[in-house]
Amino acid sequence: MSTVTPSQAEAAAPVIDEARLHAALAAGERPPRPSAFAACRAFGWRCMLKIKHVPEQLLDVTITPVMFLLMFVYLFGGAVSGSTDAYLQFVLPGVLAQAVLFTTVYSGVTINTDMTKGVVDRFRTLPIWPAAPLVGATIGDMARYVIASTVVLALGFVLGFEADGGVLGVLGGVLLLVIFSSGLAWVFTTLGLVMRSQSATMNAGFMALFPLVFLSNIFVDPSTLPAVLEWFVGVNPVSHVVTAVRGLLGGEADGGDIALVLGEAAVLTAIFVPLTNRLYRGRG
Amino acid sequence: MSAVPTTAIVTRDLVKTFGDNRAVDGVTLDVPTGMVYGVLGPNGAGKSTTIKMLATLLRPDGGSARVLGHDVVTEADAVRDRISLTGQLASVDEELTGRENIVLLARLLGYSRRQSADRAEQLLAAFGLEDAAGKLTKNYSGGMRRRLDIAASLVITPDLLFLDEPTTGLDPRSRNEVWEIVRALVGIGTTVLLCTQYLDEADQLAGRIAVIDHGRVIAEGTPAELKRSVGQNTLHVQVADAADRGAAEQALSRGLEITVAGSGDPTELAVPVPDADAAAAAVRALADAQIPLAGFTLGQPTLDEVFLALTGEVPTEEEVAA
Repeated sequence: MSTVTPSQAEAAAPVIDEARLHAALAAGERPPRPSAFAACRAFGWRCMLKIKHVPEQLLDVTITPVMFLLMFVYLFGGAVSGSTDAYLQFVLPGVLAQAVLFTTVYSGVTINTDMTKGVVDRFRTLPIWPAAPLVGATIGDMARYVIASTVVLALGFVLGFEADGGVLGVLGGVLLLVIFSSGLAWVFTTLGLVMRSQSATMNAGFMALFPLVFLSNIFVDPSTLPAVLEWFVGVNPVSHVVTAVRGLLGGEADGGDIALVLGEAAVLTAIFVPLTNRLYRGRG
Repeated sequence: MSAVPTTAIVTRDLVKTFGDNRAVDGVTLDVPTGMVYGVLGPNGAGKSTTIKMLATLLRPDGGSARVLGHDVVTEADAVRDRISLTGQLASVDEELTGRENIVLLARLLGYSRRQSADRAEQLLAAFGLEDAAGKLTKNYSGGMRRRLDIAASLVITPDLLFLDEPTTGLDPRSRNEVWEIVRALVGIGTTVLLCTQYLDEADQLAGRIAVIDHGRVIAEGTPAELKRSVGQNTLHVQVADAADRGAAEQALSRGLEITVAGSGDPTELAVPVPDADAAAAAVRALADAQIPLAGFTLGQPTLDEVFLALTGEVPTEEEVAA
């Protein structure tokens, strides 16, 4: 990724060539409109390109959980669970969920960037399925969830995490996380359409997510908490996700836990997809 | 309906309000096909809002608009099929390369992977961007970014292109390149609706101009018609010695019974004259009064003078630059 200094590039660029300009303008027959699927795929490709060109955007969502994992396991592990090994078994599924959930905030940041830079205006004047940019972005976000999961799991296995649920349990856990996060991402897409800037979107998103992540069963067993806090942890959807993922990874998957998480994802989707769509199309 | 409409855009009393602000307050336009139609006005006059309604991005609150024969509200998809928009912000994706920007749009317009790549090469070459094709566009200069932006609007050559202030913030060379592109487009039959706050730009490119202020069209016509409507020709007289200006003014008002306007230049006088004979008489009057002249020119009023006459204010440089 070298940079072109404008003066260099400008000097190298020929003055616009009239003949080539005319040839390019007159070129070819108009292709048929793309299907909704093809349009979504093109937007998904766009998200992949962004990850390729700006891999730094994955850093904060991967480095943070790695730091949390190392810090909690080695700093508090002994105190909380008696040994770091036992705490790793407990905390890894939670940190995995935390990593993926924080990634969802970026769905809002991405759409806010597109809005404020005017890219969306061009997309909205194209004769394509109007929801394609949103659906395509969701596909790109899923790739991010999988990358974040892979980083945390890889580190976990290096540190000695044992997944009693086996390969299927691990894959099931990641899949459940991807599904729930795709639902949660719509909350932040809505937020991204309402906020005025990227940093405002990011701040508001993390501010909403932080208490939910920390007042959950990710780091500690809620039975040790004061009653009010224990009640909150119990109704917190993040706890439900962590419980289900912990079950899947640990080989004690519970159908009821999983169904609850899928239900919550469905509710989030049902509320926030229409809201996002409305804001996106009726902007201004 | 196979008949080609000869009017690209027809609006009747188009209105858009944002809260208490009537951003567009009854705009009626008839834009013929095959030319650059200039929409000229200061910042906040309602130009961008009008373009957004015509490009199906905003829903009008009142009035009607048909673009290439299709209603912008009820037949938005048919309109989108035939227009392209180059917005006020150069709407390129900064985290993609120039080539990827074009390929993405080509894919979204239905070209195959292969065709999209070919189309991108062709457009990038035509717009002098082939050397920067693989670079991220956030590293492009303003001029390159604007050229890419326009190229992205032309993946399928549209029947109607909306250009919203395409040269704002560009250096003179880049501005000339954009002008070349606009002329080439009209050459192949595309109609261009050009919003601008630069009088010079409208004068250079547009076949007809609508002047918009406070959400209303306050004048419409060819550049020459607009200039004529302000008045007649203007004789600019330059006296050799600034001390003679008062005497020259007296000689002219006495002999010709015209009001003479001074200008910022202490040696210059602007004399509105109905025709060339009157101008000759004015010069003779000065010669009779034995006032030495440094020179004189007879010309049409500039669009700046038109703007002044229509709105009562000349857009200052800062306003134009803002």
